[in-house]
Amino acid sequence: MTTATAVEQAEMRIAMTRKEAVGRLLGVVLLLGVAAWLVLNLVTAPSQFFNSLLFGIGNGALYALIALGYTLVYGIIELINFAHGDLFMLSTVFSGFMMVYWLGAEGANPASWAKLLLTLVLAMGFGATINVLIERVAYRRLRRAPRLAALITAVGMSFILQWVGLRWNGSAPRLWPTVVPEGGISIGDVTLQYSTIMVVTFTIPVLLLLTYVVQRTKQGRAMRATAQDQDAARLMGINVDRTIAFTFALGGAMAGAAGLLYLEAVGTTRYDAGFHLGLIAFTAAVLGGIGNLAGAVLGGFLIGIIQGLNDGLPYGFGQKWSQTVVFSILIMVMVFKPTGILGQPTVEKV
Amino acid sequence: MSQGAVGEPLLQVDDISVYYGNIAAVKGLSMSVPQGAIVTLIGSNGAGKSTTLRTISGLLHPKSGRITFEGKEISRSPGHEVVGMGIAHSPEGRRIFPRMTVDENLELGAFTRDDKEGIAADRDHVLELFPRLAERINQKAGTMSGGEQQMLAVARAMMAKPRLLLLDEPSMGLAPVLVDLIFDTIEKIRESGVTILLVEQNALAALRVADYAYVMESGFLKLQGPARELAEDDEVVRAYLGG
Ligand SMILES: Nc1ncnc2c1ncn2[C@@H]1O[C@H](COP(=O)(O)OP(=O)(O)OP(=O)(O)O)[C@@H](O)[C@H]1O
Ligand SMILES: [Mg+2]
Repeated sequence: MTTATAVEQAEMRIAMTRKEAVGRLLGVVLLLGVAAWLVLNLVTAPSQFFNSLLFGIGNGALYALIALGYTLVYGIIELINFAHGDLFMLSTVFSGFMMVYWLGAEGANPASWAKLLLTLVLAMGFGATINVLIERVAYRRLRRAPRLAALITAVGMSFILQWVGLRWNGSAPRLWPTVVPEGGISIGDVTLQYSTIMVVTFTIPVLLLLTYVVQRTKQGRAMRATAQDQDAARLMGINVDRTIAFTFALGGAMAGAAGLLYLEAVGTTRYDAGFHLGLIAFTAAVLGGIGNLAGAVLGGFLIGIIQGLNDGLPYGFGQKWSQTVVFSILIMVMVFKPTGILGQPTVEKV
Repeated sequence: MSQGAVGEPLLQVDDISVYYGNIAAVKGLSMSVPQGAIVTLIGSNGAGKSTTLRTISGLLHPKSGRITFEGKEISRSPGHEVVGMGIAHSPEGRRIFPRMTVDENLELGAFTRDDKEGIAADRDHVLELFPRLAERINQKAGTMSGGEQQMLAVARAMMAKPRLLLLDEPSMGLAPVLVDLIFDTIEKIRESGVTILLVEQNALAALRVADYAYVMESGFLKLQGPARELAEDDEVVRAYLGG
């Protein structure tokens, strides 16, 4: 009996390792293929390569900010907050009204940039407040209900936010004047757009701030404990309700920042902008390993860069196939590593 | 401290009933834990012992009855406030934070405290009680053995500097040597001035360290008395303690 099971186990282990080896080989082949493709493009069209890369990094920063909101909330209460993309969209509208009507920012000048900075803070506050309200009104009472109830509520919340966006911003895409100058800094044929500079310079401090809060502060420690075991966290003296609300506030603030940066970079928004970007950002969070903060940032930048290169390179599939390429990559990563790139059961979740 | 006057118990539980939905898990339980004592609460599976501890520490609230600690009613206090009042709870099944290190777990045990020096001193103290934890201070708690995790659960509760320590089956799943170690440590903790309410499956071992014992059965209090007397009463041992 025991020997039979031992033999069986050994056989299973060999089968597993064989399967793993094949998987790893396939993975390596794929990576080599991608590398060859990159080198081909780099050699034949270097300036196009770098322009696409820079463009992708700018988009990636936005995806990363939004992906963080998904991953923060999932990390702490295992809810896929479908309304998160729509919170981002509302933040774009809020930012437009704040900049153009309430602060009267006009043209690319230092006064406008000061207003931009102020609006960043306000938009983060806006996103945080709305997200906390949503949690308080809708999700909190469903925390002990079946998972599906909360999920459906999140979908409903998404529709509500879109409706607000529709009333507020109008049903058509609305053009908003921006304060970021056209063009950029050029070296040869490679141009670093001012909008990309703005997005990246604003994103980095926001990410550093978030890292500091989660890793170094007492609130961050409470978040990580709550993510792992709510009752145990309570026994430590952690106010679990407040900690979850705080997590929603952080995620909302990231969406708020992304909203302003997106609007300033793109100059237009629509009530359904959150659906599209939200989906991409959610994909980024899953790609990086949902629940893992570094993973969300990595996933965001990866998808941004992949899209940028695919859309801009001579030997790419082109913009039409952008979405297909992104999701194909997601599927492949999921096949080889179902937990996402950085998602490991033993890794810090929040 | 003025409230801990002579004769008044540190913890007083008065006729509490606790429900999960419509099902009563604890029915009209009363008990008291005197200052400086080790009191044990024993009984078979599903008797309501853990429910009682969870109610004392505020994770659950009694439907009726009251709980007073140092003369102050705590039956309505939310769970996260009770530890700050001086009651720490090492829960059943350890419930350490698996993806955090031993050190981070201990740090969380002191979450409600601000006295840096006091925390450092207590950290030294618990690492002295459990040298094994000192060796594994930077290891992820979830990767430790069951026995080590149990030590961590007790040490983490101690980090709150409680006046009352609730221990739920601290010897569960441990090798005999470790069981002895845990019980020795419980006595040491009491000697350092902490009152203990101990829930145990290992009833005879619990009766050996305890001063006073309560026996529960299906939510009711069945018996109570000085621990030594219960341990020596053959009929009691046969009926309730699986002797
Ligand atoms: N979360 C819960 N929901 C519903 N019923 C519960 C819950 N927790 C415990 N119970 C029930 O309450 C009763 C008492 O459970 P409790 O955990 O307090 O027992 P116990 O004395 O600690 O048992 P054990 O020695 O097995 O740990 C049991 O019948 C149990 O099934
Ligand atoms: Mg129990």
